[in-house]
Amino acid sequence: MTADSLLKALREEGRIVIVGASLAGLRAAEQLREEGFTGSLTLIGDEPHEPYDRPPLSKQVLIGRALPEDTALPRRRAIDAQWRLGVAATGLDRDRRRVRLADGEDLEYDRLLIATGVRSRPWPHETEAALDGVCVLRTREDTTRLDRLLSRRPSRVLIIGAGFTGSEIASACRERGLQVTVAERGESPLVGALGGVVGDVAAQLQREHGVDLRCGVMVTALEGDPGGRLKRAHLSDGTVLDVEVAVVALGAVRNTAWLEGSGLAAGPRGVACDAGCRAFDVHGIVTDDVFAAGDVARTPHPLFGYQFLSLEHWGNAVAQAEIAAHNMISAGSQRRPHLWTPSFWSAQFGVNIKSVGAPSMADELIVTQGALAERSFVAAYGYQGRVIAAVGFDQAKWMDFYRRLIEQAAPFPPGFAGVDRRSAGLRPVPAGFPDPALPTHGPTVTLTGHSPSERRVVFTPARA
Amino acid sequence: MPSTSPAQMITDFSVRADPYPIYAELRRQPVVRDESGVHLVTTYWEIRGLLQDPRISSDARNLAPGNYPMSAAQDDEGTLPPSFIRLDPPEHDRLRRLAMRPFGPPHSPRRIHDMHGELTRIVTDLINGLAGRDRFDVVDDFAYPFPVTVICQLLGVPQEDEPRFRTLVDAVVAGLSPAEDAAEQRRRAQQSRLELGQYLAGLIEEHRRHPGDDMLSAWATDEGAEGRMSLAELITNAVLLLIAGHETTVNLITNGMLTLLREPAALERLRDDPSTAAAAVEELLRYEPPVQLLPQRNTLADIEIAGSVIPKGAPVWLLLASGNRDPQRFADPDRFDPMRQDNQHLGFGFGVHACFGAPLARLETQVALTELTRRLHGPQLEADPPPYRPSPVLRGPRHLQVTVEGITG
Ligand SMILES: Cc1cc2nc3c(=O)[nH]c(=O)nc-3n(C[C@H](O)[C@H](O)[C@H](O)COP(=O)(O)OP(=O)(O)OC[C@H]3O[C@@H](n4cnc5c(N)ncnc54)[C@H](O)[C@@H]3O)c2cc1C
Repeated sequence: MTADSLLKALREEGRIVIVGASLAGLRAAEQLREEGFTGSLTLIGDEPHEPYDRPPLSKQVLIGRALPEDTALPRRRAIDAQWRLGVAATGLDRDRRRVRLADGEDLEYDRLLIATGVRSRPWPHETEAALDGVCVLRTREDTTRLDRLLSRRPSRVLIIGAGFTGSEIASACRERGLQVTVAERGESPLVGALGGVVGDVAAQLQREHGVDLRCGVMVTALEGDPGGRLKRAHLSDGTVLDVEVAVVALGAVRNTAWLEGSGLAAGPRGVACDAGCRAFDVHGIVTDDVFAAGDVARTPHPLFGYQFLSLEHWGNAVAQAEIAAHNMISAGSQRRPHLWTPSFWSAQFGVNIKSVGAPSMADELIVTQGALAERSFVAAYGYQGRVIAAVGFDQAKWMDFYRRLIEQAAPFPPGFAGVDRRSAGLRPVPAGFPDPALPTHGPTVTLTGHSPSERRVVFTPARA
Repeated sequence: MPSTSPAQMITDFSVRADPYPIYAELRRQPVVRDESGVHLVTTYWEIRGLLQDPRISSDARNLAPGNYPMSAAQDDEGTLPPSFIRLDPPEHDRLRRLAMRPFGPPHSPRRIHDMHGELTRIVTDLINGLAGRDRFDVVDDFAYPFPVTVICQLLGVPQEDEPRFRTLVDAVVAGLSPAEDAAEQRRRAQQSRLELGQYLAGLIEEHRRHPGDDMLSAWATDEGAEGRMSLAELITNAVLLLIAGHETTVNLITNGMLTLLREPAALERLRDDPSTAAAAVEELLRYEPPVQLLPQRNTLADIEIAGSVIPKGAPVWLLLASGNRDPQRFADPDRFDPMRQDNQHLGFGFGVHACFGAPLARLETQVALTELTRRLHGPQLEADPPPYRPSPVLRGPRHLQVTVEGITG
C-alpha cells in the first residue's frame, strides 16, 4: 500500500485507543471525529465517570455553588466511542501494539494517545496518610470526601502546601467560615509558580482573609487518635497544632507508571514528545503511532530554548489534545506543532489570577499596571532581557497584550507607560523564585530538560 | 465631491447604507493615516490588539495638543465628569465596577437572565399593538420603544418622560460622531448632556429617598466595600447608561430585521428553530454591528503595528465593522452566516471597555427577532436600502417600513 492509501485506511477503519478519559482524552476524541475519523475509538479511564472538569472542584464545588456531579465536561459533538471506564491501563506492548488493561484484556491499536494526566502527590507516610481526616484533592471523590469532612465543622483545617490548589482550598474554607492554617515550605504562597514578590501579595491576601499562614515551615508528622482520626500536626518549627482535617496539596505526580517496560521515554517528569505530540522512545527516537497530550506530556518549546516544558494547565490540555488528534491521522506534511503559550488562571480570596508565559523561568519582574498594594496589578516577568511571562491580579482583560509581548520576545523591561500611569518610573526587581534545586509544591510550568547552555549531562537511569 | 480623505469617506452620509466596500478598500492597509492626523485601524487582529493594549487611552485629555478636526468630541470641563467609557484605569475600573454592582456578576449574576420573561412580555405587547395593520415602521413602532421601555424600567426612569429626554439624547448622540464642522453640534451636545444630567439628578434624589428595585436606587443607596459613586459620577453614569442602553440596541434590532428580510433563508431558519437565535445575533453583531467604529481612542506612546508607527498623542479610530469583515479572520466575511462557528466578532469591542450592556443587548435582540419572525406573516421590505440615520458611528436605519400579510396571535 502507498502511504496515501495507508493513511486513508487509518482514517476510515483504523483503531485508535485513548488512555485517560478526562479533559485531554475527550477533546482529542472529539477532534478526531471532527476531522473525519470514522474508525473505532476507545477511551480507557480508571475513574468510573465520564470526563469531568477539575478546576471547579477546588472552587465553586467546595463552596457549595456547584455539585461534584455538575462538573461533567460539555460535549462539543458526538464521538461514538467505546468507553472502558473504571478500568486502568496497566501496560503497553509497542511491538504488538497492544494496551493491557487491569481486567486482563488486551486492546489493539493503530494509534495510541496517552492522556493519563497527573495525580496528587500523596502524603509520604502511609499510615499517617490513611488517618481519617487526611485527604488530597484531584478527583470528584476527593472533593466529596473533603466536603463531607468540612461539613463536620472541624475546629481547624490544616492545608499542607500553598500552591494554587492549596490556596484555593484555603479560600473556600474561609468562605465556609472555617479556621484554616496553611503550612508552606517556601517563603510565601504561590512562590513556586509566581515568585516571592507576587507571593507576598498572595500572603497578605490570605492573612487579610483570616488564614493562619505559616511560611518557611514543613509539616513533619500527622498524629491520630486511637480511633484512627487525625488529631494533631507537628511542624518543623516545633509547634504542634490541633487539627481534625488536613489537606495534602503538595503538587502532582505524573501517571506514567503503567508505561514501565514499554520503552517509551516516560518517567516521573512525564512522557517526552516532539512538538507534534509524538512520544519519544528511551533512545530519543520519535515514534509515529504513540502520542501524548495534557498534563502527562512534556514537549520542547521554542520560546524557552527548545527545552522540554510540562504544564498542568487546563487550556494546554485542550490545545495539545487537538494537535495530537490532528497529527495522529494526518500525513507528515500536514502535521502541526503544539506551540502553545502557557496560560493559567486561578480564583481565590475574591481575586482572579491569570498567568501567561513561564513566570518560573524569570529572574526579574516589573509592575506595569495597577499596584501590588491594591491586589490589582499586572507584573511582567523578564528573563535575560526579554519578557517571558506576565501575571495579573484582577486584570485578566489585558493578558492578551502580554501574551503577544512574550511571543515577540519583547525586551524587558518593557518600555512603555500604559493607561495606568502609576507604574511609570518603577524599576524591575528580582522576582524571588526559590532555588530550583529545592522544589516546592509546583510551579505549574516546569522545564523538564536541562538547559542547552549548561555543559552537563545527567545520567538518568531507566526508572527515573 | 471634493477631496476625500479616508475619514471623510467613512463619515460621508452617501455611503451610510453600505460602507463595507470602503472598509474593504481601506483594509488594504491595516493602519491608514488620515490627513487630519487621525489613524484609522482597519483589520481584525490589529484592532483587537489595540483594544487590549495598555498604551491606548480612552481619555481625551491625552490627545496631543494639535488640531484634529476629525477626532470626536471630548467632554469639556465645566460640564459633567467623563463617564467610564472616556476614562482609563484605575478610575475606569472603579466606576465600571460600581456601575456593574446591580447589573451583573459578581454581585447580580442573574439580573439579566431573569429579565427574559419581562422582555418577552414587552415585545408581545408591542407586536399585539400592531394587530390589524398591514404596514408599520420597525424603528418607530418596535425597535425604538422596546429597548427604551427596558432601560427605563431597569434604571428606574419613568417612561412618560421619554419625549422629554428623547430630544436631549438625540443631541448627545449627534455630538458623538466625528464631523468636520462640529463645533456647534458639540456645544449643543454638551448642553443637552448637562440637561439630561439635571433631569436624572432629580430622579436620583427621589430614588435615594424612596428606593425601588431599579439601578438608580441601587447606585444611590447600596454600599459595597468600595463605597458609593459621588453624585457627579452617578449622574454621568446614569446619562451614559440611559443613552447606551437603547441607542445601540435600536440599531441592532433594526439591522437584524433588515438583514433577515434580505436573507429569507435565515429568516425561515430562525422562525423554524428559535434556538438558533443566539448564534444569529452573534452573526449580526459581526455582519452589521450597531457601533461601527470607536473614534475616541488615542496613543500614550509611539505604537508600532503592522509596519506603521502611530505616534504618541494621536487620535485613533478603531473600525470595528471593518475588522468584522476582515477575510484574514473570517472566511467569506461578506456572507451572513447565522451558523458561523468561532464567531469572535468585535461588535461589542474587547478588553476593559468591552460593552457593559452586552448581555442585555444580546437577550433583547434574541427575544425581539425571535418574536418578530414568529409572528409576522409574509413580511416584506418597502424600501431597500431604507433611509439611514446620520451617524456613521451608531449606524442603522432611521425607518424600516415593512408590509405584512398578517400578525399571528
Ligand atoms: C482541583 C484542581 C483545580 C484546577 N484548577 C485549574 C485552574 O484554575 N486553571 C487551570 O488552567 N488548570 C487547573 N487545573 C488543572 C487542569 O484541571 C488540568 O490541567 C487538566 O485536568 C489536565 O487534563 P488531562 O486530561 O491532561 O489530565 P487529567 O485531568 O489528570 O486526566 C487524566 C485521567 O487519566 C486517568 N488515568 C490515569 N492513569 C490511568 C491509567 N493507567 N489508565 C486509565 N486511566 C488513567 C486519570 O484517573 C484521569 O481521569 C486544576 C486541577 C485540579 C485538580
